[in-house]
Amino acid sequence: MENTIYSINGPVVKAANTKDFSMLEMVYVGERRLIGEVIGVADDFTTIQVYENTAGLKIGEPIFGTGAPVCATLGPGIISNIFDGIERPLRDMVKDNGAFVAEGSHLFALDEEKQFDVTVTVKKGDRLVGGDVYCTTPETPLITHKCMLPPDMSGEVTFAAENGKYRVNDVIIRLKTADGEEKELTMVQRWAIKKARPCAGRLPSTRPLITGQRVIDTLIPIAKGGAAAIPGGFGTGKTVTQHQIAKWCDADIIVYIGCGERGNEMTQVLEEFGELIDPKSNRPLTDRTVLIANTSNMPVAAREASIYTGITLAEYYRDMGYHIAIMADSTSRWAEALREISGRLEEMPAEEGFPAYLPSRLSEFYERAGYVKNLNGTEGSVTIIGAVSPQGSDFSEPVTQNTKRFVRCFWALDKSLAYARHYPAIDWNSSYSEYVEDLADFYNEISPDYTALRQEIANILQEEAKLMEIVKLIGADVLPDDQKLTIETARVVRVGFLQQNANHPDDTYVPLPKQRLMMKVISVLYHKSLDALKTGVVLSDIFSLGLFEKATKMKYDIPNSRLELFDGLISEINEKIDALNAGV
Amino acid sequence: MSVQYVGLTDINGPLVALDGVKGAAYDEIAKIRLDDGSERIGRVVQMEGEKVILQVFEGTNGISLKNTRTIFSGKPLEIPLSPEILGRVFNGAGKPIDGLGDVFPEKMGDVNGRALNPYSRDYPQNYIHTGVSSIDALMTLIRGQKLPIFSGSGMLHNKLAVQIVKQAKITGEGAKDFGVVFAAMGVQNDVADYFRRSFEDTGAIERVCMFLNLSSDPIIERLLTPLCALTAAEYLAFEKNMHILVIMTDMTSYCEALREFSSSKGEIPGRKGYPGYLYSNLAAIYERAGIVKGSSGSVTQIPILTMPNDDITHPIPDLTAYITEGQIVFDRELDRKGIYPGVSVLLSLSRLMKDGIGEGFTRTDHSAVSNQLFAAYARVQDARSLASVIGEDELSEADRAYMKFGKLFEEHFLNQGFDENRTLDETLDLGWDLLCTLPRNELDRIDEKLLEEKYNPERAMKFM
Repeated sequence: MENTIYSINGPVVKAANTKDFSMLEMVYVGERRLIGEVIGVADDFTTIQVYENTAGLKIGEPIFGTGAPVCATLGPGIISNIFDGIERPLRDMVKDNGAFVAEGSHLFALDEEKQFDVTVTVKKGDRLVGGDVYCTTPETPLITHKCMLPPDMSGEVTFAAENGKYRVNDVIIRLKTADGEEKELTMVQRWAIKKARPCAGRLPSTRPLITGQRVIDTLIPIAKGGAAAIPGGFGTGKTVTQHQIAKWCDADIIVYIGCGERGNEMTQVLEEFGELIDPKSNRPLTDRTVLIANTSNMPVAAREASIYTGITLAEYYRDMGYHIAIMADSTSRWAEALREISGRLEEMPAEEGFPAYLPSRLSEFYERAGYVKNLNGTEGSVTIIGAVSPQGSDFSEPVTQNTKRFVRCFWALDKSLAYARHYPAIDWNSSYSEYVEDLADFYNEISPDYTALRQEIANILQEEAKLMEIVKLIGADVLPDDQKLTIETARVVRVGFLQQNANHPDDTYVPLPKQRLMMKVISVLYHKSLDALKTGVVLSDIFSLGLFEKATKMKYDIPNSRLELFDGLISEINEKIDALNAGV
Repeated sequence: MSVQYVGLTDINGPLVALDGVKGAAYDEIAKIRLDDGSERIGRVVQMEGEKVILQVFEGTNGISLKNTRTIFSGKPLEIPLSPEILGRVFNGAGKPIDGLGDVFPEKMGDVNGRALNPYSRDYPQNYIHTGVSSIDALMTLIRGQKLPIFSGSGMLHNKLAVQIVKQAKITGEGAKDFGVVFAAMGVQNDVADYFRRSFEDTGAIERVCMFLNLSSDPIIERLLTPLCALTAAEYLAFEKNMHILVIMTDMTSYCEALREFSSSKGEIPGRKGYPGYLYSNLAAIYERAGIVKGSSGSVTQIPILTMPNDDITHPIPDLTAYITEGQIVFDRELDRKGIYPGVSVLLSLSRLMKDGIGEGFTRTDHSAVSNQLFAAYARVQDARSLASVIGEDELSEADRAYMKFGKLFEEHFLNQGFDENRTLDETLDLGWDLLCTLPRNELDRIDEKLLEEKYNPERAMKFM
């Protein structure tokens, strides 16, 4: 008997009296074959969430099963593309449907006509196991795509194509598996988006993801293979921070998931990343970026899928031995999508209407980050950076609190910093990173004093926070000179070091050696002044030397390419203060 | 002859239920004919087996279980569109109420709209000159942006909206193809009248298309008002290549109507009783701003909402600001001081501003001036809170300079007349004059070269 629609409520559709479907199976709903997923199977009803707008559906229209879960299509052509939440190519959709997204589109994710230059790396008679590479092709000038045996397959090669030009669906090799079956492999494989791709083992995270943002790299670093959350109210700069990291971080590939966010922001990423040239490779940033866009007015069920699609693509490239950074903006919208579907299913709500399974869904997602040894012996990593948009900027709400339990790096964006246009508005007092110790060796290899300088900067800020409590009560004038000096030095740290201008050509990305030298200057200035105070120099004389202003502006005055100028600045500080000392 | 369903099985608030229906489609429109000959419009909001739940736009007053005949149209709600809708007045459901008869449609538009493919969007970069200093300099409005005004009851947000419409000027080509779509949701009759009169006085009425749902009109119609207005705006912008400014007031009434509707449907409430899908629902409205590749028009939105109890963390302003590209926030204290427009500079923001100002758009020093004004005004707040504890006399010299700067900034920069249309040069130069009241070493957001050129303490003399 044909399966038909029994009820419709927003994106939730039910079919009555059927036992044909399995949990999480992908189905086609209605005459227009809208894409949906089975989310509940009971004796009397099968519940389906539909990834597209259900307007116009009728009771009694058919539902078709596919026998498989919702899968991502993996193969060359993913990089520099833009997809919707269920990996439909938005660029090709424009050709078919015009400027507005229409329902029932079943476009293949990849360009089927494009000819790739393929190098086949196996020959007849080779024995292959899951994860082994059988051919490679330059996907973009930056990324060599490696086609790998699906993780659960192994066998002997019975045919291998010659090197040459092939389309993604052409057969590259044939494989005889253990049970004697012969399989044809193209450059494409499919993988269920809600299932993590397997790896040989996890490795410790000892290398940082270098972002060129001083407050992150130096104070609150994240490791490759780590997970970080960026919570912040509206207007605190979550998106700008994610854009900055996506532009400058030293991952090989960026997966940018716009989950329930603004359409114009996705357009901005598309346009800006196409124009921006990566200084390391001299290629546009789009050559290493994949975009997944489920804007806030697209169907809500696909919002949940967009997160899983993104991480599945990331894991696939990780398996080739690449380092991937995922920007998920914003995980709160994903959680709200869960809440909305849960509400339509009339499930018992937990905190603030969110379903009780919110924490387990969040942890499943963040656990897919990691630095791993792949099945084929290479190493790769997936780093997740998830934005969180707490309601009413209240960090005690369920999504922020639950996320905090599953990430080791927390970059809290602060409203008052954002109001003062202090960007990135990462609050150094309430943010933390558990990776600091794991990464200490790496930083000390750049220079043995790196972590010591970092600690000193952190201490100055800590001290300032304490002193400001007093200043708020009685004013700054009554403080002794050495404490006034601490406050002024902390100001240099805040304005000159932590504050970073994303629109300034040099300041937008600062390499680690420059970050270290800037800390060094501040440290020398602080200690030199402190010593001078002890010999009897008056604080106002030190301030009148203009050194503090110079230190505040060194980020602009000294270009990234001329770090030797720092020596001059340090000796200027030494000389000028020594001259004061001599005058006492 | 279409099938008519006689009678209903249930009536609950604005919702009615029918049984035994075959072949109805989700979200389609149905006509409900009453025995007295009047006709109402309903929309399918839920279906289960042969039971269908309809939402009735005009309300269910006078409907009984027996006195209706329902006909399903097979189509979603559509409104007639033609360039002639400019200058016309419609009700919230898109029916003409100005007595000028029906619109002769060039085409019919589905009010639900569809999501714009991000690949088809053009990133908004051209600014709209409003002649209001605080907006032009500090939270620049960009063509294709959605920039809401957050206000409170009793403040002068409507006046500002009218001033923006009156003075808004688009630079460059296409400047003359400018139109306004005005959507009133749940506003009082005299507010709607104020807008209509203001548009007439300024001669803008020919280029304004109004959709009015007054506070006494049915709430379900209120839920349609922004959809109709934006359908008209999209048509004018993307098919007729006009620059359309959409003003929607008051979004708070809209959200309250949504809450009322949701609770009568028996849905599980989220925060403060608003439905869990409030974010998606608002996004479906706000995201209909933008610029589409292949068309020279644009839809720019200025939604106005009154924050309940002036609380910016209330779900309505909170969710709105998460979707829109910035916000203009009114401040009760400035308003009381008699400063118009009383814009709270620190809480306000335009996200698209950074790419639409500076060389080639406004003036090269624009971003430096606005950054420094923001930073300086933030320091003013610190100085003021310190002064309230230790007294103004005890402040350091720098803090006293900031106290003075704050006062001058509010009186001269923020404050401006309803008829005062400042050019961008006037605005930015005024900003420089004010910055010159501060010691030079305090201006840490401006690079040396620019300071050398512009900083001159004598400029501050005009305020003495």
